[in-house]
Amino acid sequence: MDKVALLLLVQEKLKAEFGGGFISSELMADYPVFVLNRDIICDAVRFLYNDEELSFQFLTNLAGLHYPDNKGQELGVMYQLHNLRKNYRIRLKVFFNINEPDVPSITPVFKGANWMERQEFDFFGINFTGHPNLKRILNMDDMTYYPMRKEFPLEDGTREDKDDTMFGR
Amino acid sequence: MKNTNTNLIEKEYTTLNLGPTHPATHGIFQNVLKMDGEIIVEAESTVGYIHRAFEKIAEHRNYYQITTLTDRLNYCSSPINNMGWHMAVEKLFNIEVPKRAQYLRIIIMELSRIADHLICNSVIGVDTGALTVYFYIFQLRERIYELFEEICGARLTTNIGRVGGMERDFSPKVWNILDTILKEVPKGLKEFEKLLVRNRIFMDRTIGCGPISAEMALQYSFTGPNLRAAGVDYDVRVMNPYSSYEEFDFTVPVGTNGDTYDRFMVREEEMWQSMSIIKQAMEKIKKEPASVFNANVPDFVLPPKEEVYNNMEALIYHFKIVMGEANVPKGEIYHAVEGGNGELGFYIISEGGRAPYRMHIRRPCFIYYQAYTEMIKGCLLSDAILTMSSMNVIAGELDA
Repeated sequence: MDKVALLLLVQEKLKAEFGGGFISSELMADYPVFVLNRDIICDAVRFLYNDEELSFQFLTNLAGLHYPDNKGQELGVMYQLHNLRKNYRIRLKVFFNINEPDVPSITPVFKGANWMERQEFDFFGINFTGHPNLKRILNMDDMTYYPMRKEFPLEDGTREDKDDTMFGR
Repeated sequence: MKNTNTNLIEKEYTTLNLGPTHPATHGIFQNVLKMDGEIIVEAESTVGYIHRAFEKIAEHRNYYQITTLTDRLNYCSSPINNMGWHMAVEKLFNIEVPKRAQYLRIIIMELSRIADHLICNSVIGVDTGALTVYFYIFQLRERIYELFEEICGARLTTNIGRVGGMERDFSPKVWNILDTILKEVPKGLKEFEKLLVRNRIFMDRTIGCGPISAEMALQYSFTGPNLRAAGVDYDVRVMNPYSSYEEFDFTVPVGTNGDTYDRFMVREEEMWQSMSIIKQAMEKIKKEPASVFNANVPDFVLPPKEEVYNNMEALIYHFKIVMGEANVPKGEIYHAVEGGNGELGFYIISEGGRAPYRMHIRRPCFIYYQAYTEMIKGCLLSDAILTMSSMNVIAGELDA
């Protein structure tokens, strides 16, 4: 099945199952991308897992996103699912307000999401509700900020001996 | 005097810290184990001891500068990581790499897969008490590293290749070393297999040690040799071929039990398959036009040094490339390669600036290491050590 047909098929199924939970879809390079409402993400992943035709039973990747200029939709999570039998690959995205960064955890469907979600909690402060053990994983426990958010500079902002304006950093 | 009334003795567990620095863990991993005698009742792993914030650094570096970060992921097979990154950027820029450069890349990637698996399998030998094989194997690995050194000047953190192909063509010496490797590696591998594969002590020690079922492995998003040892034939090279892997004839070995012995055997067979792929690539290269080794992308391939020193335009180009003045298209891509440990994926979001807006690395080690605590529950402590080394957990890739 080519990418466009896959996009239409998944879109149709998601729309029929979740109605308003489905927000938009797009073909990005080689992946169909679906933007969903964050409240239904766990149900949507479970639905795609159990659906006989699609059966997305492998979680490839999970990444946090931060777009400070999208007011009210600053934070996001990207999920990449894979059907290993038919080699279908899709990407799901959810976006939400930075002031209430709660997303249902998908650990009930994929055990492997455990550390992936912990990582994004650690770096973006995304609160995965229903996660069995949501605590920092790569950074130290007493860190007070979320370093992958765009407002945190890579280097110490008080230093004056480094001028990066010429380097576009 | 023997105490026969067992009710009087309260059952007590021992807490044991395995790591962070422990000679048997081959890296910085901490596992807090709750032990009942020698049996592990519960375990908790702590990771992040060598976290270096690659994803954050990548948001502030030009595309070609990120290659050096990928070296330091799985440092047993850095060339695969480099090539994976180059291919991801090529996908973003829509660059078509010449066939000959693709075959050169395949030779390098398969050699580093052999180097990676050699280390992992010989370390299983070390942890079962067979130190000798480890020393034998290092002679073979040394040949492969000599070849990397001849191509790019570095051995471990290679930074090999460029976006669009290779930085330079293979010199005659590289082909000579490659011939030596093709002669020596099969011989060495056979010797290695004779020492371990049907060795009664080794088999007793590894069969049934740290098994994982196919269902559980998929639940935990295992990839690579660890997933294949459990019986799932998922290989990125076959499912989503890159760099012309679809033209090559090779088999994907699978195990049945997903235990240490199966992981060992899957890696062993993969090395033979890699040897065959290298031979096929060398045949294919002969049919391609000679001395073509990159796509000559003006955004990434530096002009020759004589021109840079004597020619104004070349100097300007050189400066522009080094400063990262590439015309980066907007887009969002994911590209995965079959790394030494499984599906190594690069997810890039570009908003058009010099650096990626967001770069996320799918690190196979990080994802499958979370199953470790479950796999060692109820095992003996010595089996836990063996399970870890057979999963080939590399600290650099785990912590990124």
